[in-house]
This record gives sequence, C-alpha cells and structure tokens, in this order.
Amino acid sequence: MSDGTYIKRPNRPLQVYAVIFLIVLYVPVLFIPLFSFNDSIYVRFPLEGWTLKWYGELWQREPVWNALWNSVRVGVVVAVISTILGVIAARAITRYRMPGKSALVTFIMMPLVIPGIIFGVALLVLLSRMGIPLTLYTVGLGHLIVCLPFAVATLLPRFEGFDPSMEEASADLGENGWWTFWRVTFPMVFPGVVASLLLTFTISFDEFIMAFFLTGTDPTLPMYIWGQLRFPQEFPSVLALSSLILFVSFILVFLAQWIGRIGLDETKKS
Amino acid sequence: MADTTLAGKADSEADPPRRSGRLAGFLHRSETARGYLLISPTLAIMTVGIIMPFLILLVLSFWTRQGFGFDTTPTFNNYIRVWTEPIFGALLQRSFWISGIATVATVLLCYPMAYFVAFHVHRNKMLWIILMTLPFWTSYLLRIFAWKVILGYEGVINSGFMAMGWIQAPLEFLLYSQTAVIITLAHAWAAFAILPLYVSLEKIDKSLLEAATDLGDGPVARFLRVTLPLSMPGVIAACFLIFIPTTGDYVTPALLGGPDGAMIGNFIQLQFGAVNNWPMGATLSIVLMLWIAAIALVFLFLTRRAQARIT
Repeated sequence: MSDGTYIKRPNRPLQVYAVIFLIVLYVPVLFIPLFSFNDSIYVRFPLEGWTLKWYGELWQREPVWNALWNSVRVGVVVAVISTILGVIAARAITRYRMPGKSALVTFIMMPLVIPGIIFGVALLVLLSRMGIPLTLYTVGLGHLIVCLPFAVATLLPRFEGFDPSMEEASADLGENGWWTFWRVTFPMVFPGVVASLLLTFTISFDEFIMAFFLTGTDPTLPMYIWGQLRFPQEFPSVLALSSLILFVSFILVFLAQWIGRIGLDETKKS
Repeated sequence: MADTTLAGKADSEADPPRRSGRLAGFLHRSETARGYLLISPTLAIMTVGIIMPFLILLVLSFWTRQGFGFDTTPTFNNYIRVWTEPIFGALLQRSFWISGIATVATVLLCYPMAYFVAFHVHRNKMLWIILMTLPFWTSYLLRIFAWKVILGYEGVINSGFMAMGWIQAPLEFLLYSQTAVIITLAHAWAAFAILPLYVSLEKIDKSLLEAATDLGDGPVARFLRVTLPLSMPGVIAACFLIFIPTTGDYVTPALLGGPDGAMIGNFIQLQFGAVNNWPMGATLSIVLMLWIAAIALVFLFLTRRAQARIT
C-alpha cells in the first residue's frame, strides 16, 4: 500500500464526487424522518411546524405493537437458525475437501441474485399444495432462505482466515473435539457469529416480498406498513413508524458490519 | 484412538462414543462424507425452501386453471400463450429494458466512487465501505417508499420547486413512470455495484499503473489501457448482480411505476392475486427463470473472456 507514489496525490474532482455520492445516497432516506416530525397530514413543502404527535399516535395503536411483536419473533428465530446453519456450512466448506464445493456455494448464494418474487410464489405454491396454512412459520421459512446466503457470506471469511493448526494444537494438548470447538474455534469466529446474528435479524425484520406472499393473518411490520400505504390519511404515522424502523435497522447493520470486519483485519495482519 | 491422524489432521469433530460404529468409521475416514454430513442440515433447508418449490412450480406451469381448482392434464398451453400473445413479450422486454438502463446507470455512477475508495482513500477504508453499503441492508420497502415521498405529485421535488417558484405546476413525469422506476432502482441497488467494483479495483497491482506512467501514458490513456481492462471482471459482476434481481422486482414498479412502469414481477403477482390464474403465474415465473439462466450464461462467458484477457 505504501508504494503508491503519484496515486497519493489527492484528486479534487473525485473527492467532490464522492461527497455528492454519499449525500445522494443518504438524503432520500432522510426525508422520511424529516416529514415524520412535520405537523401536517400532507407530505409536502413548506414544512408546517414540529410535532411528535404522529409518534404518540403510533404508541397507542394495537396493530402496530402486534406487527412489531410478530416481526421480532420471526426475526430472532430466523437469525438464530440461519446463523447456526451458516456456521456449520462455512465450517464444512472451509474445513473439508468436498467435490462440487463451488457448485454448492453457488447454490447457497442463489437467493442473493434471483428475484425474491420467484422464491415467494414458488414457496406459496408448495405450501398450498401441501395444505399448510400461511402463518408466521411460513414467513420464517421464506426469510430463512433469504437470510442464509448473508449468514454464510458473513461467516465464510471468518472460517477462511482461521488457522487449522490452532485446533490441532488444542487436540494435541488433550482437548476433545467438543472442548476444542468451544475454547478454540468458537472464540475465533465469535465476531462473525455476532455480525451474522445482527445482519440476519435486520434482513428478516425489514424483509417484504417473501412476507408479502407467505403471510397469513398475522402481519409483520413491513406488511403492516404496506397495508397502510393505501390510506393517504395514514401517511404521517407510516412515516413515523418507518423512521423508527430505519433508525433501528441502521444501528443494527452498522454494528454488524463493524463487528464483522474489525477482527477480520486483525487476523489478516497477524 | 489409533486412527486419529488418518486424515493427516488430528480429529476434532467426531465424538468418541460413536467411533465404534461402522458408519462412524466411514465418516471418520472420508473427508468428503464428513463435510457433506456437516453441511447437510443447511442443504436440507435449501432443498425444502428452493428445490421442492421450484419443482412444484414447474409442474403447476403445465396445468390449467379450472374454476377454483386446477385441471391437472399436462399441457403446453400456458407456454404457447406466453410465446404468442404480445402482452407477455412486451412486458418481458420492458422489464429487461428498465433494469438494463438502471444497471448501466448504477455501474457508471458507482465506478468513480469505487475508484475513489480503492485508490484515493488511505485511512478508514473500512468506514467508507460501510458508509456506502449501509443503506442497502436496511428495509428495501422503506427506501422505495422514500422515493415515493420525494417524487410524488405533491412530493419533495414538486412541492419544493413550487415553493421556490421554479416551476408553476407539478412535474407529472416524476411519479408513476419508467423514469421513476429507473431512478429508484439505480439508487436502491448501488451497493451491489460498489462492492464488486471496489474489490476488482483494489486488486489491481499499483506498480502496473506506475509502469504505464513511466512508459509515457497520461492519466486518461493509463486509465483506458490499464485500470479499466483490469477492472472489467468487477464491472461485469456488478452488471450481473444488479440486472438479474431487478428484472423481477415487484415493490418498485408497484409503488412508483404506474401503468407504464409495470414489470413482469407485477404481472406474476397479479396472476397469484387478483387474476387468480396460478398456473399462468407459474409459467411466467419459469419463463423469467429461463431468461435469467440464459443471461447468467452470457455473463459467465463475458467473465471468462475478461479474465482470459487479463491473465
């Protein structure tokens, strides 16, 4: 990195471009909280004045709390299961020589690229042919498919940067497989596990298209918002709810990215 | 414990009580079998969640709707309809057109940004990357909703510009149009372009750039002859990662597209919703999948060629 000479010269136009890029990236989303404090039922300029009444109204709504509770339940279960499956998948992929490994990884990563609507309708058809009613469990299954690639992608670099001789040393010193896992392997991949839990929870919490096809009578939060979008008079409270969701999501994802990467750079350096 | 080092590594996986069994013995010896055993729960979920649904979807696409049930005699009728009736072809074409434009716009706009972080950011690179990709992880629905707030008839742009006195009447082309869908898609998928572009640019050996400079190339020639060709795999990957998922997007055209901006995803949803012709919806999904597979092959071919040119 230090061998760059002329590259070190700052490039003004590029710096300006980068700043504008970041502004354009973030400003659209910031309009949601901005208007959620606006004391008017219409979402338009000029702003009428500051108020917290939309948040207060939200507080008293039973359906919002129900939807929140549904989303949290699905999110926690999906995060835990997809992270466990991600850990064992990443472990298997990095530790063992398996023929067809790259095809396997491609298969696991497929939901990243293929439009979610196809998975949504395919699962819907399967469930209805099998006579399984649509509940939060079916939403969870859909979210699991969406979250797994992210869990594996978060955990794979952890296991790749992991030196197998550490485990061998532990075994040589007399630890059995179970304790080696808990005392050597797990602590080293722990940041990846935390990052994966946070990330998959957020993805499930925010996921819409799978829930759109697989929700029964219990809506998740994004489904609740989707239902409210039809009513213009509900717009301000939807904005307030959206602001809260965005706030929580940004914090969780930032933590996930931070935790997921910091340790990784350290292991690479050493 | 005699066979502990058989695989060349001390065994840390199999638990002692199971070592006696024949199956356990086999698992212990075969790395492949152990790897697959370990990954099998993940594969089982993927099978239930992806392969089985796809098979049923494929079967359903050969059925016909009959009242509230299905006529299960296999027939190609749905496929023939998709092939012959112009509306389906037109919708597919429009979907590819919209996501194609969005893809090109996103990659062009993100390239300088990825270039900047790869070559001109020397401290806190990680923070920059997190900053650029952070919005991508948060609610897709809400990011699209934000654009509805901005582009709406009385939205941020229209009401803002009118309050400033720049325009007299709201600009109607902003909402419920293909333009709105393209802008929104380009914004929403930026992270998918940034990451592969950044990775491919970061990998470039800086000494090659210095060599080009020493041999008399100016900045423009150097970029065109060294940097751009070397980053081509990243460009292709970025195009692939944006083009494929956006062709089947549902939320953006549903919220911002209006009648002109409706895409194939909306049409598929209609078949499973209001139109209630599930077999037709299944056929459309399969056709879309086939197109995606074909396009993926093209991208694979392009990547191979770009890689071959570099090495």
